[in-house]
Amino acid sequence: MNSVKKAFQELVRYPSAIAGLVSVFLLFALAAYAMIAIPYSQALLLWRGGEDVWYQNPKFAAPSWFNYFAKVKQPVSFVMDETSAGAEKVVEVGEQNTSRINITYTFDFSYDAFPQEILLYFDANYKEKQPFVSIYWLTPDERKIRISDFGVDSRQTFRISQDEKLVRRLSGLEPMQGLFVGEDGKTPLKGIYKLVIEGITFEEGSDINAEFVFHGTVYGLFGTDHQRRDLVVPMLWGAPVALAFGLIASLGTSVLTMIIAALGAWYGGWVDALIQRITEVNLVLPFFSILIMVGTFYSRSTWVILGTTVLLSIFTGGIKVYRSIFMQVKESTYIEAARAYGTSASRIIFVYMIPRMIPLLIPGVVSSVPAFVFLEATLAVLGLGDPVLPTWGRLINDAFTNGALYKGLYYWIMAPSILLMLSGLGFAMLGFALDRVFNPKLRDI
Amino acid sequence: MVMIAKSAEEKITGVSEANVKGDVLLSVRDLRVWFELRRFGFGHAGYVRAVDNVSFDLHYGEAVAVVGESGCGKSSLMKSILGLNKPTKGNILFEGKDINTFDTQNWHWYRRKVGYVQQDPYGALAPFMTVQRILEEPLIVHGVKNADEREQRVRKVMDEVKLSPADDFLSKYPHMLSGGQQQRVVIARAMVMEPKLIVADEPVSMLDASVRVEILKLLRGLQESHNLAMIYITHDLSTVRYFSERIFVMYAGNIVEKSPVKELLNNPSHPYTAALLTATSDPDSRNAETFKEIPPGEPPSLVSPPTGCRFHPRCSRKIDNLCDVEEPPEFEISAGHHAACWLYK
Repeated sequence: MNSVKKAFQELVRYPSAIAGLVSVFLLFALAAYAMIAIPYSQALLLWRGGEDVWYQNPKFAAPSWFNYFAKVKQPVSFVMDETSAGAEKVVEVGEQNTSRINITYTFDFSYDAFPQEILLYFDANYKEKQPFVSIYWLTPDERKIRISDFGVDSRQTFRISQDEKLVRRLSGLEPMQGLFVGEDGKTPLKGIYKLVIEGITFEEGSDINAEFVFHGTVYGLFGTDHQRRDLVVPMLWGAPVALAFGLIASLGTSVLTMIIAALGAWYGGWVDALIQRITEVNLVLPFFSILIMVGTFYSRSTWVILGTTVLLSIFTGGIKVYRSIFMQVKESTYIEAARAYGTSASRIIFVYMIPRMIPLLIPGVVSSVPAFVFLEATLAVLGLGDPVLPTWGRLINDAFTNGALYKGLYYWIMAPSILLMLSGLGFAMLGFALDRVFNPKLRDI
Repeated sequence: MVMIAKSAEEKITGVSEANVKGDVLLSVRDLRVWFELRRFGFGHAGYVRAVDNVSFDLHYGEAVAVVGESGCGKSSLMKSILGLNKPTKGNILFEGKDINTFDTQNWHWYRRKVGYVQQDPYGALAPFMTVQRILEEPLIVHGVKNADEREQRVRKVMDEVKLSPADDFLSKYPHMLSGGQQQRVVIARAMVMEPKLIVADEPVSMLDASVRVEILKLLRGLQESHNLAMIYITHDLSTVRYFSERIFVMYAGNIVEKSPVKELLNNPSHPYTAALLTATSDPDSRNAETFKEIPPGEPPSLVSPPTGCRFHPRCSRKIDNLCDVEEPPEFEISAGHHAACWLYK
């Protein structure tokens, strides 16, 4: 315990170690938060998503905080229903079971760009006679534009930009431009807009509800993708997946490599020869190609890939390094003494030889985490990522296949890439510092 | 508790606690330790004859020094006795039982009976274990499960090797101790199983001159108080006279002379022993003036040793057509004093 404290005190003398510790800690915090905020099953559901889950979001929307830095303010997405502030629903009961239902949505539009789309999700209640609605648009300069009139189905989606009559009414302009354009005919007019739905129902108890969905061009913390999915989900869930993959692969590989190297060094003879030959064969086999083959022909599950990675990484150069050190440790006189008082081979390996290597193991484990995190991401980018898990690599793959860079959607690639780089950097810095603490010979280098 | 353990042990091994001074504890018969040399990893290329036809008896409570220069096979002999090397030929009998026939249980028993004190105390102690852990390890290995009993035995043995107060040392790591203290821990570890035989491989050669005598006195004291048999391996004749009853002189894998200490120091019979004694330095001002006669040449190769007596190429008293042809048997010079040399035919 005391030595752990001492090692820690020595560690924090290095600024890079502090930076590394902070980023690794933040990464763990992010992972913990992700797992608490969005439970695993829910994350999978959200990621599978589709229009039902994500209809409220625009496609390809950049993060909304871009507006703080941009000169041209992009419209932020929002959703309103009758209960929201700015919404008003007035019901007037008339004669012969008719009633007038007026719904007014008032919102402030002070952006420099046109939105993507405005949708109305109607939810009407009737038995035989359809309610009828007329939709009007009131601009800040007090023009009143009739958008459409139609009978409402029990569930109906009305997309304003797809109304061709409206296009004609707006003298050929796309509705999203025509409804917002100012006097100059180019830039949107800022101010308070109103959307008024004047509905008439023809039955007793018949009612109209409408959800007002405004698709701006920016959304949320990380924006959205081609399937309208909120990128917060994969950005958060990428952390636990990357950490689990990196740590399990790194720890599993190092510990197993060490144990196998120790067995080989201790027993020598054909055991050692076999381990060395397997290692040499494995070293010339193309690691990545085998993983791609497993991913293509067998399973793309992260856990299968993880297992394959560990198996293929055990018999690599590390086994030679550890073996050479174990050969030396094996000959040390305290092992001879242990043999002289009758210690069994397994006890010598696990109690006498391996603890000696822990100082080498810890920095090795920490500094090889980034390699495995990147490996997982690389496979995902190549389209061999887990089909159900939301991960950073998967995000980059989606961005790539949807031409994110070509379309200028940098946020889509940058956010996961930056997180990947930061996690790699954090572990690398911590690993280098640990190496210097545990292997004092490196200090002068 | 200890008593019960002991009687149980007797039942297993069938050996009674004879422990009488004068009875034979360890007997080595025609021991050969040959290491095979390999060519290209599999071809046979001869043997290194580290120990060749060595026989001797060791009695209860007796201390014997094995003397010889580096590479004469004394460490290989010791490792065979400790069961770390498999003898190529010959027998080692401990309390009448041949270690070649041992099964796991016998080995377990044997390892309790034989303690091992090494040359380099720092290397002999696992650097990541505390003193307490180091001393408890043999007890753990030999199935003392009760932690309190282990600690009690550790404290007792630490007291015996004068590592006291024990509390000051229990939680320390080897690098925090001085060389003398480290060697005391090594001795304590050898003693903790209450052995009958201690094999000490140059126990003081790595220590400061100032603590050598103390460690030797400690070993001698333990040997006498516990009636231990001891094999003390050294290349330094000057420490032998404080220590043992008998001396074995080894040369190129053979024991060339066996003798009580005083007899050997006063009357070295084998020419090699004589040369070895001459080479031992004494702080005497007259030595600066005199020229010592040292045998020419170097110790022979153990792969292809000279025929006949192995010392004959360097021997000033060589008998032609005898020493270089036939290996000398042991000749008794006086009671308990044997030399393998044709001069005493």
